[in-house]
Amino acid sequence: MMNSAVVMRDLSVTRGGRRVLTVDGLDVAAGSITGLLGPSGCGKTTLMRTIVGVQRFAGSVSVLGLPAGSSELRHRVGYVTQAPSVYGDLTVAENVRYFGAMVGAGADAASAALAAVDLTDLAGRRAEQLSGGQRARVSLAAALVGRPALLVLDEPTVGLDPLLRRRLWEFFAELAAGGTTLLVSSHVMDEAEHCDRLIFLREGAVLAADTREGMLAGTGTTSAEDAFLAMLGEQVAA
Amino acid sequence: MNPRITFATGARVLTQLRRDHRTVVMLLVLPSVILGLMCWIYSDIPGRFDQIGPRMLGLMPFVVMFIVTSVATLRERRTGTLERLLTTPMNKLDLLLGYGFAFGLVAIVQAGIATGLTMTWYGVDAETRGGWAMFLTASTVAVFGAAAGLFASAFARTEFQAVQLMPAFVLPQFLLCGLLVPREQLNSTLNAISDFLPLSYAVDAMAESVERGGLTGQIGRDLAIIGGSAFLALAAGAATLSRQSA
Repeated sequence: MMNSAVVMRDLSVTRGGRRVLTVDGLDVAAGSITGLLGPSGCGKTTLMRTIVGVQRFAGSVSVLGLPAGSSELRHRVGYVTQAPSVYGDLTVAENVRYFGAMVGAGADAASAALAAVDLTDLAGRRAEQLSGGQRARVSLAAALVGRPALLVLDEPTVGLDPLLRRRLWEFFAELAAGGTTLLVSSHVMDEAEHCDRLIFLREGAVLAADTREGMLAGTGTTSAEDAFLAMLGEQVAA
Repeated sequence: MNPRITFATGARVLTQLRRDHRTVVMLLVLPSVILGLMCWIYSDIPGRFDQIGPRMLGLMPFVVMFIVTSVATLRERRTGTLERLLTTPMNKLDLLLGYGFAFGLVAIVQAGIATGLTMTWYGVDAETRGGWAMFLTASTVAVFGAAAGLFASAFARTEFQAVQLMPAFVLPQFLLCGLLVPREQLNSTLNAISDFLPLSYAVDAMAESVERGGLTGQIGRDLAIIGGSAFLALAAGAATLSRQSA
């Protein structure tokens, strides 16, 4: 049986009287990289916000064995929003140290987090002077600094150059090998090749969730994009 | 609540402020310049500034701190850093006290400069002990301004709204606090309203500081009311910060 970091049952999120997300049952495997894939606006961010405890929802969501939103989880869950949420008028190092202080991480942990995202050279620069991709990495480092057991990353590789993106995925794989659970969203289907497991989301509902191999074998396809389209075809036909 | 997080937040806000030189200069200098201008326009009417200057000194820190803190916290809400902080072990009160600590410190320096100039260059004679009472009043009012600004920012979605909140909060108090018409000369309805407005007590305390030349029981009571209002504003501000949203 799969060891789950996140277990969702009968989850629904309503916003402005409109249901934006419905999940009957969904698990995120512990110690692996799960890709949350789907077009823009399909509910990826809402699902992630639910897991990290900032989204109101109905139903049951358990994270690392505790109800989503529990105060104990705030030490153990790291969340990186799609738009980098860092202080533009602070330096890179100041940002990471400040978010580190929130979880009791010291200066060493901050340096290690900066090294992990390859920002050591820019540590003294103000975040507002950086490019969008660099700022996104500051935002990521600010979540890594607390060494969370579950990392929830909303489109972390958008706008990065291919070399850096590859390095980041390798780093995510190292984290997963060390026991960290990663849930990574993307609207780019190619990113699926770096994930152990995939969740396809479309129009606020789960289209499919399985291991990557299982997904490809089940649909008889060789790429996530084809698998997604095949799933969609089944759904339309049914 | 966690002292480490509160302190780190206060230090972070001060670092951000230090990078913004224009704001620092305006915070520290603006109230003194306005008071100086006031002193100048009353320079041909003997004794007039002695009356009105200290009362004005009781209002000024509120205005300045209110604007700065309401915009600062609005910015925190809009850039996503607030939501991020609320996913960490930070308590809401840690954030508010961190802001209160940082801006409170600036407020005390601001009050020191304005009081010092009022007593020396602007020539208000209140003896040294009266000066201390004025400084203490101005500092308390500034902290209240910071707390009220934090609270008010919850009602603003945009910077335009945040800036408009300032006159909405301040002008009624300015009219009713006894600066333009002594409170005892207001009609009974307006007088009763002015009893509920914290800045009325700031003006009372300033007047008493100058007239009695020291810290009296009445000033102590006035400052307790303003401090209590600051505490209420902080508590109300914490209630408006919600971890979860729809």
